[in-house]
Amino acid sequence: MAGAGGGGCPAGGNDLQWCFSQVKGAIDEDVAEADIISTVEFNYSGDLLATGDKGGRVVIFQREQENKGRPHSRGEYNVYSTFQSHEPEFDYLKSLEIEEKINKIRWLPQQNAAHFLLSTNDKTIKLWKISERDKRAEGYNLKDEDGRLRDPFRITALRVPILKPMDLMVEASPRRIFANAHTYHINSISVNSDHETYLSADDLRINLWHLEITDRSFNIVDIKPVNMEELTEVITAAEFHPHQCNVFVYSSSKGTIRLCDMRSSALCDRHAKFFEEPEDPSSRSFFSEIISSISDVKFSHSGRYMMTRDYLSVKVWDLNMESRPVETHQVHEYLRSKLCSLYENDCIFDKFECCWSGSDSAIMTGSYNNFFRMFDRNTRRDVTLEASRENSKPRASLKPRKVCTGGKRKKDEISVDSLDFNKKILHTAWHPAENIIAVAATNNLYIFQDKLN
Amino acid sequence: MGTMFARGLKRKSAEDGEDVEGGLAGTQATPSYSLQRQSLLDMSLVKLQLCHMLVEPNLCRSVLIANTVRQIQEEMTQDGTWRVLAPQAAGRAPLDRLVSTEILCRSVREQEGERPAADVGDGRTPGLVPGLSAVPSAQALRSPQSSLWEVDSSRENRGGFQKSLDQIFETLESKTPGSVEELFSDVDSSYYDLDAVLTGMVGSTQSGHGSGLQAFTAVATPPPGSSCRSDLGELDHAVEILVET
Repeated sequence: MAGAGGGGCPAGGNDLQWCFSQVKGAIDEDVAEADIISTVEFNYSGDLLATGDKGGRVVIFQREQENKGRPHSRGEYNVYSTFQSHEPEFDYLKSLEIEEKINKIRWLPQQNAAHFLLSTNDKTIKLWKISERDKRAEGYNLKDEDGRLRDPFRITALRVPILKPMDLMVEASPRRIFANAHTYHINSISVNSDHETYLSADDLRINLWHLEITDRSFNIVDIKPVNMEELTEVITAAEFHPHQCNVFVYSSSKGTIRLCDMRSSALCDRHAKFFEEPEDPSSRSFFSEIISSISDVKFSHSGRYMMTRDYLSVKVWDLNMESRPVETHQVHEYLRSKLCSLYENDCIFDKFECCWSGSDSAIMTGSYNNFFRMFDRNTRRDVTLEASRENSKPRASLKPRKVCTGGKRKKDEISVDSLDFNKKILHTAWHPAENIIAVAATNNLYIFQDKLN
Repeated sequence: MGTMFARGLKRKSAEDGEDVEGGLAGTQATPSYSLQRQSLLDMSLVKLQLCHMLVEPNLCRSVLIANTVRQIQEEMTQDGTWRVLAPQAAGRAPLDRLVSTEILCRSVREQEGERPAADVGDGRTPGLVPGLSAVPSAQALRSPQSSLWEVDSSRENRGGFQKSLDQIFETLESKTPGSVEELFSDVDSSYYDLDAVLTGMVGSTQSGHGSGLQAFTAVATPPPGSSCRSDLGELDHAVEILVET
């Protein structure tokens, strides 16, 4: 894999060698449901890494400053802040619980000393402010150091309070709560390049919000049929274009992507572009539609391409060509003959995400058995790696894994039937500038980076 | 959940999978294909019903499963095999078919040995739920689910299956009121029956042997002002149960 992630990689096409860096989370075999990681996201600088879990908590890791004593080791990520973002709720109208699981986290670009992020569950989006406090005021006039009010008659002199240093405290506070705008489950949020608005998408509708205004949102896409009996397609993901603030895309359960321009009309039910790959009639089966359903869509950093993930593959699309993708990468084609069983155990409905490297030269997505796949778009090489505790010695190189599809199983290969379908890597993230990746494996977060020569 | 298949069966199961994968291309006529297609249909129907038992149905999953069911139905209609499942039999057939979801992972030889050639409705008259008491105990456990179809087919008596599919979406719709008007509009009685069935109260004419509280909950969910014919009957019945206990 050619090293082109930006930063200090040597030119000359040396392959990237991924090594273990850190793992976060309990080692226990018994995984608490609430600890299952449901989203992972680096911020714009890559210094902060946020995770959300099924229990509604957000954990933010911060990269330590590089250690001058060990110039060849990169900064580690350590816990910076932990807070409860969402609580379980009960919808009395429908007699249903609303899960507190964090579906998505998206960072806002940093504008001052504080950090802001949006986190969402199925129904409610929250804007959180994470700020540091490392100073404390002392010497108040009206109250004692322990907070008790002083008797005004005892005060004989006035003093100016002075700021004294204290242990760093990181506080998270909810600044906005955007609620009651979604009837269906929110699957995506995306911050606009104007840094003032963002979109939220559920199964049938997409809403546009202003970050300052919580009691109003504009509906920009609505695919709900008048008669629900006619419903055959839902929205699965949506994202704003990284540079053009009027453009966004949304994907569907039928494997299509629509690009919309908000300048054309208030309600973007009519798309500006429609991306769909014609079906290959020879591989048609009862599962064709299900496996074509797009689980994630991501624009490249450049804004020229977008990537979609369906059940068996990742596709890269040129925004100027709607008829078919420019690249198709098979993630785990060996599962095609197992679709019936995967349908039975519901694995066929798993929603895998995908991500771009900082320079858009590589893409990554997860698979089963705690495997994840990387594709280098320049060299056309791909690799399968595994996130496991066995390979967690510091700076140990990751060995490429191989799944044997039939016939004789070579040493070190694993057969399809031995794959653990409970160990799925749905969420991965790539540092925006460097070759550092975060991989969520159930309740553990693995951080890998490339080996420095 | 380690491996998907028991050790000795994996090759056969892979064949099963492939047969179903064959889909429209070629292998339609073989009994093995029809059986597996039927298994897929039954599995899908069970999955759709299970949806309603969850906290809140995952709409994407429900839609994909429903589309799969429609595909199978269309193909079976073209085959001519759909017509064989007459409305009455449609209520009965799923009961037998629910067993076949387990067959999916068994060897093909086992399957063919077990099932008689004509496994579509065995001529027993479909009754309402009381009639199902004659069914073997293993299947009686599934009676709440099959009685869902039972209620539908006896009530509608036309293309029972298609209507049930639509009712699922009406159910999803009724569970997600988007406006005040929807709140007070007529509640589709299928929503009502679905809920009743799943909480153990089987059929509107049946005396509910589910717990009194459950029955009351099922009755209480439709909003006031609903003009369901069966509404008052349910309320009376539920009150009866409460008063008795």
